[in-house]
Parts: sequence; structure tokens; C-alpha cells
Amino acid sequence: MANKVIYAVYEDPELLKSAARKLVTAGVKVRDVFSPFPVHGLDPIIGIKRTRIAIASFMFGITGTSLALLGMYYMMIYDWPMNIGGKPNNYFYQNLPAFIPVTFEFTVLCAAHGMALTYLIRNKTLPGMPARNPDPRSTDDKFIMELRTEDNHGHSAEAMTSMLRETTVFEINERQC
Amino acid sequence: MNFTFSKRARTISLTLMVIGFAMAILGFAGDHTEHHQNTWAALFINGFFFFGIALGTLFFYALQYATETAWTVMVKRIYEGIIGYLPWGAAVIVICLLAGSFGWHHVWHWMDHRVTDPNDVEHYDPIIAGKMPFLNMPFFWVRAIAFLGTFIFAARWFRKQSLAMDNMTGETLVRTHIMNYKRAALFLVFFAVFSSVLSWDWIMSIDTHWFSTLFGWYVFAGMWVGGMVTAVVLALYLKSKGYLPQVNNSHIHDMGKWVFAISFLWTYLYFSQFMLYWYADIPEEVIYFQVRINDHPWLMWGMFFINFALPMVLLMSRDAKRNPRFLIGVGALIFIGHWLDLCQMVLPGALGDHFHHIGLLEIGLFVGFLGLFINVVFRELTKAPLTVVHHPYLEESIHHQI
Repeated sequence: MANKVIYAVYEDPELLKSAARKLVTAGVKVRDVFSPFPVHGLDPIIGIKRTRIAIASFMFGITGTSLALLGMYYMMIYDWPMNIGGKPNNYFYQNLPAFIPVTFEFTVLCAAHGMALTYLIRNKTLPGMPARNPDPRSTDDKFIMELRTEDNHGHSAEAMTSMLRETTVFEINERQC
Repeated sequence: MNFTFSKRARTISLTLMVIGFAMAILGFAGDHTEHHQNTWAALFINGFFFFGIALGTLFFYALQYATETAWTVMVKRIYEGIIGYLPWGAAVIVICLLAGSFGWHHVWHWMDHRVTDPNDVEHYDPIIAGKMPFLNMPFFWVRAIAFLGTFIFAARWFRKQSLAMDNMTGETLVRTHIMNYKRAALFLVFFAVFSSVLSWDWIMSIDTHWFSTLFGWYVFAGMWVGGMVTAVVLALYLKSKGYLPQVNNSHIHDMGKWVFAISFLWTYLYFSQFMLYWYADIPEEVIYFQVRINDHPWLMWGMFFINFALPMVLLMSRDAKRNPRFLIGVGALIFIGHWLDLCQMVLPGALGDHFHHIGLLEIGLFVGFLGLFINVVFRELTKAPLTVVHHPYLEESIHHQI
């Protein structure tokens, strides 16, 4: 039997949420949802794991901090100590307060850019990447739920479709894949 | 549901007061500074510290109205309880200021008229005399009364409105809410000026020769974080006693975020002030930090470590801000950290060479005022339902989820 994918189109995020809740309670796995904007409270219903971008951001931040401190140590203390306003430059710690603003800014720079890039790559939404949403209307005013038969061995495509029909669905599309 | 001030909590708060004030009396007996300067300085520190918590909370409370924030509606009564301490804190400050004005102590030594008298060769201080247009008794007291009067009036007015809203519905409720919103915005304007100037008047003028334009914000950030810590610890305490069943993890998480965020605001302001003086290295300016770094390095770096590094490392993760025990522990540390911060602001200036370490007096009065603070706040909490009955955003706050 060929695998099938079902797209259930909803007109309102709340309708989609209640439908998803009903399906998940019946043991159906919802693969994904495409929506024009983030739908609040949807993630726990369809069982999306919590994002790990915070950890990535922390790593990028720490990298920025270390690079900034290392760079300033090399430039201002080790390689070519400079006398700026008579500030001590024999040891790193003596001049540390002057380095803090740069360290702070570089940490923020690395964390922000690293996080944005990670986000775009992980979601495959870098500029020029092909769009992956199945229906362009999900970028306008429709909310689309994706179900796959390969995720739901306990339920046939027909059974899932009839379950969807019981919800306030706008339209159901079925495709081979 | 109304809060009942349990017998146990009452006993604990009274015990704290008794132990604390007994320690303070012992400390007073051992206080050999001139005019019992140490006692007055310690009284002022602890008066201002708890006053600052109530004031920081009042600011945050007004901010919630002015920004029309919904999620804090569930914990609004906690803020109101903390604000209830405001008149008590104000009274302690007024006592210290009055005593200074009568010359009973020289914590604010510019108050001594001899330093501004050009005929008094021995005591005349031209720098302080130059500050006379601002630091003179009548103007100082006009300001003090204006600040405290405005704060207490605003606190009572907001409380009255909040209690009245419990009995309102529909159109009147919304009208009252919009009125609160406008008044809160107006209050914030006054608060912005007053909070800065009161920190110059009451704290910065202890080191009369020294001045810092950032000082007001620095003190304000300390008060604000004190309020945030107290609110989250109080919310967790009430939850553990079975009150506030509708306050969920998301509310606690958000309150924890405020502790984290304002700790950073405080650090940012503190460091901005410190670095400019350190960099410029102008003798009459840098003396302020030289005294603190050379003579009291443990106090200075210790409080900086507690107030900056601890919240940064310990409260960064989401799980930490959702773990009640952890949050209470870190909150207590930050609470003490900001008390130490106030000690290092006041004591080196007020006592000069006589300040060696924090002793019985400071700690005793801290414990005593903590007992008083708990007692007053809990009493205030019993006066109204712990969850507001009617509020335009109540429903949204109940369903707060992040």
C-alpha cells in the first residue's frame, strides 16, 4: 500500500487546535502544522519537542565571550601592550574593566547571529531555499494540518479522513507520496 | 480566597523582631562611634532597604497598569501586600532624617550648619558650601515630603481602586481600569524624577563631595530587583500553603525572569558607573571606589558576585526558574546581596575609618526589620481576597501560558 498524506485545511487556529486535540486523543499522530503565524499552545498538543535553540544560543554566546577575551589579551597585553590613558597593561586582569564592554558586545553579536543562522538552517528557510509548505494558502489565511499514513499504522487513511470530517474542517486534500 | 495569617507565621515574625532588636540593642551598647553614628547608619540602611522593596514594587505595580499587562493580574494582591509596607519604611527614613536635621548624628554631615559657615575656620568646607543651593535644609525637607507624600498617596489610591474593582462589573469596571491606566502612567513620570532625586538626597549625599549622574538609576535598579525577589518568594510561599491555586508554573517562570532580567539591569548600571570612574581616574571622583576596593574588598566584590554572577549562572535556564525550591534559595541570596550593596553604599561614607565590618547592629536591625516587614505584609494580605474578583484581564491571566 502506497503511503498517503492528508492535508486538513482549517480557517481558524482555535478550530485547528480543538481538532488536533481530538485526533491526538484518538491516537493519531499529527506530523506537522503549517500556519501563517505561530499558533500559541499548539506545540504540546501535537507533541513537538521543546526547541533547543536556547542551548545553541548559549554556546554561541560563550564562544563570543572567549574569542573576545582571547583576542584582547593577545592584542592589548601579549603582543603589543599599549599605553592608553596610563592604564596598566602588564597583566590582563588589571585592564579587565576596559575590556568588558567589547566582550559584552561581541557575546551578544555572536549569540544573535549564531542563533539566527541556526534557526534559518535548521528550518531550511535560508534565502533561496525552496518553500516546503504544501499549500500557498498557509501563508495567507488558512491553517493546514498534515497527517501521514506512515506515522499512523493503526489508522487507515479513510478512518483518519472520516475523523477529520467530524471536526469543523474547511477542506481535506489527500495525496500520494 | 482570603489569606489567614497563621499563628506559626505570626510567631516567627515576632520572634525575628525580638531577636533582631535584642541583637541591635547589644550592638548599640557596643557602638562607640561619635553620636552613635553606627546605630543611625544601620537604622537608615535597614529602613531604606525595606522601603526600597515596597517602592520598587509600587513602581512595578504602576508599570503593569501603564503597560496593560495581563499575566500579573493573578499576583496583583501580592504586590499590593508588599506595597503595604511603604508607610512603615517611610517612617523609619523620616526618623533618621529628622535626627540628622536636629544634629543628633552626622550620617549626612552636610546637615551640620558649621560646614557651610565661612566664618567657622575649623569646619568650613567650600565644596559643600558650593552645593548649598541644592543641599539646604528647607529644600531638602520639601523634597523629602513631596517624595514620600506622593508615594504613599499613590500607594493608597491604587489599593483603593483595586479593592473597589472587586465589586464592579461591565462598563464601570472597564472605566475604572482605564482610569488606573492613565493615573499609573502619570505616577511613573513622577516616580522617574523622584526615585533619582531621593537617591541623591538620602544616599549619595552621605559621601557629600562625590557625585554620580548614574547613581539614581543604580539605586532604583537595586530597589526594583528587591521587589521582584520578594514578590516571587512570597508567591511561592503562598502557593506552598495552598493559596493561589490558579497561579501556575508560567506565572512563576515569568516572575523568575524579572529577577533575572533586573539583576542584569542592576549589573549594567553598576558597572557603567564603576567603569567610567575607573577609566577617568580623576582623584576626587575615584576616591569613592578606592575606599571601597582597598578597605572593604570582600564586601564590594562579594556583593557584586552575589548580585551579578549568581543570578546569571543559576537562573539562566528555564528549569531553574520553574523550580520553587531553587528559586527561593537563589532569591534569598540576591535579597541579602542587595542588602550588602546598600551597606557598601552607606557605611564607608557614614563611618569613614570607623567602619571595619558589618556587625551586630546591621545584622540585628536587618533581622528585626525583616520580622516587621513580614508581619506588615502578611497583615496587608489578609485584608482582601488573594485573587482579584473582577478585572478586565483576569481571564487572560488565569490562562497564562508560556
